[in-house]
Amino acid sequence: MSVLRPLDKLPGLNTATILLVGTEDALLQQLADAMLKEDCASELKVHLAKSLPLPSSVTRPRIDLIMFVVNLHSKYSLRNVEESLHHVDATFFLGKVGFLATGAGRESHCSVHRNTVVKLAHTYRSPLLFCDLEVAQCFVGLSPGCGHGTAYQATLRQHPTCHS
Amino acid sequence: MLRVGPGLAADFIFCPVVRSFSLQYLCLETMDSCDTPESTPRQRASSRLKDYFIGATPLQKRLESVRRQTSFVPTPPRRKIPQCSQLQEDVDPQKVAFLLHKQWTLYSLTPLYKFSYTNLKEYSKLLGAFIAAEKQKGLAVEVGEDFNIKVIFSALLGMKGTQRDPEAFLVQILSKSQLPSENREGKVLWTGWFCCIFGDSLLETVSEDFTCLPLFLANGAETNTAMIGTWFQKTFDCYFSPLAINAYNLSWMAAMWTACKMDHYMATTEFLWSVPCSPQRLDISYAIHPEDAKALWDSVHKTPGEVTQEEVDLFMDCLYSHFHRHFKIHLSATRLVRVSTSVASAHTDGKIKILCHKYLIGVLAYLTELAIFQIE
Repeated sequence: MSVLRPLDKLPGLNTATILLVGTEDALLQQLADAMLKEDCASELKVHLAKSLPLPSSVTRPRIDLIMFVVNLHSKYSLRNVEESLHHVDATFFLGKVGFLATGAGRESHCSVHRNTVVKLAHTYRSPLLFCDLEVAQCFVGLSPGCGHGTAYQATLRQHPTCHS
Repeated sequence: MLRVGPGLAADFIFCPVVRSFSLQYLCLETMDSCDTPESTPRQRASSRLKDYFIGATPLQKRLESVRRQTSFVPTPPRRKIPQCSQLQEDVDPQKVAFLLHKQWTLYSLTPLYKFSYTNLKEYSKLLGAFIAAEKQKGLAVEVGEDFNIKVIFSALLGMKGTQRDPEAFLVQILSKSQLPSENREGKVLWTGWFCCIFGDSLLETVSEDFTCLPLFLANGAETNTAMIGTWFQKTFDCYFSPLAINAYNLSWMAAMWTACKMDHYMATTEFLWSVPCSPQRLDISYAIHPEDAKALWDSVHKTPGEVTQEEVDLFMDCLYSHFHRHFKIHLSATRLVRVSTSVASAHTDGKIKILCHKYLIGVLAYLTELAIFQIE
């Protein structure tokens, strides 16, 4: 079983790689597209994965940031993220991991309680962002309701090499 | 529509899948930017050692205990299984029989300003006049509608959780009989009732002028509900909003109602999931024999008299994994839309039907909690 380690490869010159892990393919694709459209000082690469561990047959650059996307409407996505977390090395959690909880805008559709995700992020000492990737508008801040743009900005701000 | 019949219950083999939070022990050398008052395991161990050997000062001990108690992650709720409450014994089953077996639409209501239980007759007259005026205005046009309606406000005794809860009251719209005979009671066109069960958290925050009845249940035509809502909003300066029940709360209801002890089961335990897929929505209905559901719950349940988050999750996970084994469909990726047990049935749009008189107060207590949460 391969475990993701942050420093097992050499860094690419002026590039940053973000890995998005989540079960919702369409949402991840949308978020990745929005990220790539935005301006970034260095070259940005976004990898998408349904779950970890990643197949070892493919050569990929060093992963600089992992964002675990949990859909609050689906318990399955939460279980998937919980299982994927086992395949990440502990040293990754020193600021290279974040959690993104989507679907917080529509409270009536939520199967997962907000506090469950808050507790998960607290356990892993990583930041948590709430957003609604299905809604095109942009809401405020780090509490439930951001749009693509804000989620992307916050994600990038975490990463030291990207300044936007 | 995919249906799993009760025949499947015969070979109901559930695998208790233990899903607990993977609390990986991370030995972090540096604290990150989100400052937590909780001490790291190493610090806690060393402070314990300190207490034991060196004898820490009282201030240090107090600081340690405070640090351990305060954590910004709220603990998951524990709820009491609905029991036959003391006050419910006083309720006459005949009087509340009309509340059962009817589909009610749920609303949450902010506290009523200057509402008085002594003026019920006056309110009946005022509301009756208002409805007649609205109907004549042509806002609620129903062809051939009989304009002779009567509104009755009445108190519902015994529908409360504690003595502090305000008395519940009922509003009914009856069609006045055309014939002069006194005995002919009009047909009930619309029923609505306001109640508050165990609403202590709300009662503490409001002043004397307000009456807190956060839960409103309506049965009848939507136009009548809207008219009566408008009148209440104008008269008592309150606000109605529809109470939707999300999948998380529905799974809590399923667990709590399955946990209720029943002498005989009237209906099968049924769940309905909605799968978000295009172009047409797919609904999955899963029916279990109620005794099997109770057996599953009993194997999951640990603390007597209380329901915890872990037990609810485990109960639902057992159902999901059983379904997955047979159909290879992950129900946890879909949305729970309807739960139906012998105690009550609830739909995510805020519709409820209570079937069992014994647990009426218990069901209403949970709904009151949801209504209060929505108001706040």
